[in-house]
Amino acid sequence: MMDLTIPKYKVLRDDGDCIRCGVCVRQCSYGVHEMDEDLNKVIAHSKECVNCQRCVVMCPTDALTIIRNPQSDPESVVYNNEVISDIAKQCQTGGVLLAGSGNPKPYPIIWDHMLLNASQVTNPSIDPLREPMETRVILGGKPGNIKIDEANHAIKTPMKPLRTIKLPIMFSAMSFGAVSLNVQKSLAMAAEELGTFWNTGEGGLHKDLVKYKDNTIVQVASGRFGVDTEYLNNGSIIEIKIGQGAKPGIGGHLPGEKINAEVSITRMIPEGTDAISPAPHHDIYSIEDLRQLIYSLKEATNYTKPVAVKIAAVHNCAAIASGIARAGADIIAVDGFRGGTGAAPIAIRNNVGIPIEYALAAIDNRLHQEGLRSSVSLIASGPIRNSADVVKAIALGADAVYIGTAALVAIGCHLCQSCNTGKCNWGIATQRPDLVKRLNPELMSERLVNLMHGWSHEIQEMLGGMGINSLDSLRGNRLMLRGIGLNDRELNILGIKAAGE
Amino acid sequence: MKRVYNNRKFCMDCKLCEVACKTAHSKSGNIVKAYKFEDPSPIARIRVEGNLDDSMAIQCRHCDDPDCVKACITHSMTKDPVTGIVSVDQNRCIGCLTCVAACPFGCIKPADVVLKCDLCTARSNGEDGMPACVEACPNLALVFVDSEVE
Amino acid sequence: MGPREGEVRIPSGCAISAIMDKSGKRMSGSDILSSIELMHDRSNGLGGGFAAYGIYPEYADLYAFHIFYEDREARTETEEFLRNYFDTEVAERMPTTKVASIDHEPNIWRYFMSPYIGKLRDSRLSEDQFTMNAVFHINSRINGAFVASSGKNMGAFKGVGYPEDIGRFYRIEDYNAWLWTAHGRFPTNTPGWWGGAHPFTLLDWSIVHNGEISSYDTNRRYVEQYGYECTLQTDTEVITYLFDFLVRQQGMSQKMAAKILAAPEWDQIDHMDPKDREFWTNIRACYSRALVNGPFSIILGSSRGLLALNDRLKLRSLVVGDKDDKVYLASEESAIRLVCPDIEHVRQLGGGEPFVAELYPEVLAQMESKKNIYTRPVSMATAGDFE
Repeated sequence: MMDLTIPKYKVLRDDGDCIRCGVCVRQCSYGVHEMDEDLNKVIAHSKECVNCQRCVVMCPTDALTIIRNPQSDPESVVYNNEVISDIAKQCQTGGVLLAGSGNPKPYPIIWDHMLLNASQVTNPSIDPLREPMETRVILGGKPGNIKIDEANHAIKTPMKPLRTIKLPIMFSAMSFGAVSLNVQKSLAMAAEELGTFWNTGEGGLHKDLVKYKDNTIVQVASGRFGVDTEYLNNGSIIEIKIGQGAKPGIGGHLPGEKINAEVSITRMIPEGTDAISPAPHHDIYSIEDLRQLIYSLKEATNYTKPVAVKIAAVHNCAAIASGIARAGADIIAVDGFRGGTGAAPIAIRNNVGIPIEYALAAIDNRLHQEGLRSSVSLIASGPIRNSADVVKAIALGADAVYIGTAALVAIGCHLCQSCNTGKCNWGIATQRPDLVKRLNPELMSERLVNLMHGWSHEIQEMLGGMGINSLDSLRGNRLMLRGIGLNDRELNILGIKAAGE
Repeated sequence: MKRVYNNRKFCMDCKLCEVACKTAHSKSGNIVKAYKFEDPSPIARIRVEGNLDDSMAIQCRHCDDPDCVKACITHSMTKDPVTGIVSVDQNRCIGCLTCVAACPFGCIKPADVVLKCDLCTARSNGEDGMPACVEACPNLALVFVDSEVE
Repeated sequence: MGPREGEVRIPSGCAISAIMDKSGKRMSGSDILSSIELMHDRSNGLGGGFAAYGIYPEYADLYAFHIFYEDREARTETEEFLRNYFDTEVAERMPTTKVASIDHEPNIWRYFMSPYIGKLRDSRLSEDQFTMNAVFHINSRINGAFVASSGKNMGAFKGVGYPEDIGRFYRIEDYNAWLWTAHGRFPTNTPGWWGGAHPFTLLDWSIVHNGEISSYDTNRRYVEQYGYECTLQTDTEVITYLFDFLVRQQGMSQKMAAKILAAPEWDQIDHMDPKDREFWTNIRACYSRALVNGPFSIILGSSRGLLALNDRLKLRSLVVGDKDDKVYLASEESAIRLVCPDIEHVRQLGGGEPFVAELYPEVLAQMESKKNIYTRPVSMATAGDFE
């Protein structure tokens, strides 16, 4: 069938700078670059290019540039080249259009419509270089009414298991299979060094990563891949995944070609078979079923581990979160519609769910109204792009945040959104050995640690500027936020004032 | 002594080490000139063996008891007793290539006079600097360490 | 006129001062007046006030309400409300004197009351909670009415003006109390009405505070979960509610509550022995949002005595000293030396280190016995609407 699509990108090569070293040729898994010995030139097949920018970064003479194909759109804002190209692709294959990463559409980014406060005159800003600046967070369920034996320094009320993280940032779930083992190794090593957590995702826990168990969140999702008692006990926190922001309401599909020997053992499924995560958990058709799963997991681990429940930010998430708290979850994780994914139907990724900022504010409010906020921890994600997003999320009410895409960017991801192809040139969303080895965990964990240290310094500076020396005093401190370019209704949902008020 | 070691697990056959070596041993020190304009064209002393699936970079091991030194008929190949670096005296070498044949790793490059890895001593002015290949490796597949520390 | 206190948050600087006699011996308001007057420059004439404990011994078992009314309608509505829920023994105009610098004062009334037993039983609330809900109702639902104080055998005397002028206006020299606290305020903006002046009180609690806390909204949203309504948007209000929640509702000592508001730093906790480390980690985990941040120095008065506390970083001055049975506190040492030249053990209060002065146990027991007509279990019920 004739291919009606046009190249999305164009590879430009400065031939004066090109030294024909062939790095680009060898580094591109999509076969974009080719050494033409007759012409003594490297030529490019632009149509294959996904704009992952591996060649651009690797080129020792900076001879390469990738641009968006300047091909004019039709004289229509309705049917632009992207819309046409989607139809062209689909009419050739009859399939669902897939893509990776998060929702790329130009919906408003609410983080960028909120501004932070700073102290002037009436109270002093605090210098993090002089004074202790506390970024520690304790996660887990807390009893509502506490009886204290003050004389003996003891708490008479039975406490639930708690977990401490040294900074309010954790690495979110990315399963082995969706990402390479080297990605998980990098995350686990960094989490250990930083005193935080990484999350297995729903692909089981590889034996090489068991040694990081104290910094591991093990996920139980609808496919139950890799789940057994040993797995549960190899995690410090157990997370039940109901949904993720990139694809609320649907399951996952890891194609058989990604199920190699290692993935197969870790997921506990035969090599080469498709790994299908059903859309719902088939033992959870209602909130009371969730309670049973929460308590099954607690029973299985002898009530020694906090149980988290992760949901996608959807319209009614406030009521759902309140139900989750009542069902016995110790931690609620909410993932916004900008959250990333290894692969999702484009129609879902681009159109389902709501922004995390609204979801977080609404959930935090509802938990307050229900008197439940102090008994459960709240984690926000999708997207948290930088330290300012972290600070704003906590000021809106989060205890901590998950980062996924930002962590992947730290180890090379350039957001080409082609995770679903399995040909990731950065060695991230692939199981091909020649690509996976491009990612050296020793180097990548150092990058992650550096990034988190950088953010941590910035968070401390922002806190100090607000006259706060502990994250505890930022949590839900919405007076520290002001909205800009938001209407009354949006301000009201966020529970913040407008700039200037 | 500090030597360059490769980590085959993480070598991805990009060959940027070769590019760096060639540039470091060029007259101009400029990558584009080194590749396109210098005559004779400079020669990289490191080479990546293998393919995308399995590769590793190889250059002179600076052996403790080097066969090349023993084989050299003009005593131009010597091992510095202090630094341990095996180097060739370009003025004495007659290009007989006996050393090329003797090297078990194939790390000596035949030319009018032979060329080999000098651990970038010239580049770092004799100081204990990072060889160009190690610096250029994007994946820590080449490291410059003292293995006798263990 | 600009927005009133309660409609906006007004950053303020302040002077605070307190004098207490641990033997329960009562003293007139003249010393506290001199003490706060000395720190005149720390106020700007936009707020001052006093809290006094032990001033109404003849009505020790009744709730003493000091109420500001801005107009006759407010009083009519409030008194009608009170008639429905309280047995009022005395209702009278607050005795005041004309002071040149004080104007635009509201109508100030005081009442000595007890909840109707039937209504109290129906509500299933403790007497204190019942009364607290009534205070919340008046302050948030009745326009132009504000309860300045509502405890037993205590009262707050406050308004817009320099504290010494306010003291003279209320004739505080005529009252005898075993504990006096005083507040002179330097608000950046005019509070617009007398309800915004300090001390802030709730039942027996009174609080004077110097500082501007940066954790306000975290603390506010935390206590509002438990039925408190922060109508004034002031630090003192939210700190009072935090103490009320921790001490009255959670049953902690004041000192423990203070250690939650100014919790030990993680660096300190990490160096504790394992048992204490676990204890404080759990405390901080459970009460993380009760941590008060930013500069503050507070003196919390209650029918037991006083508690003084500075923020963890000691960003505000607070000096303490004693002489015989008396304890003195003030923002500046001079304000103590003026009224007690031979003061002893003068020192700056350490950051996050609570200072507690309580009535001697036998005195306290004697006072407590006169206070309660009903003893009921403390209820966790939240403030209900009275309609």
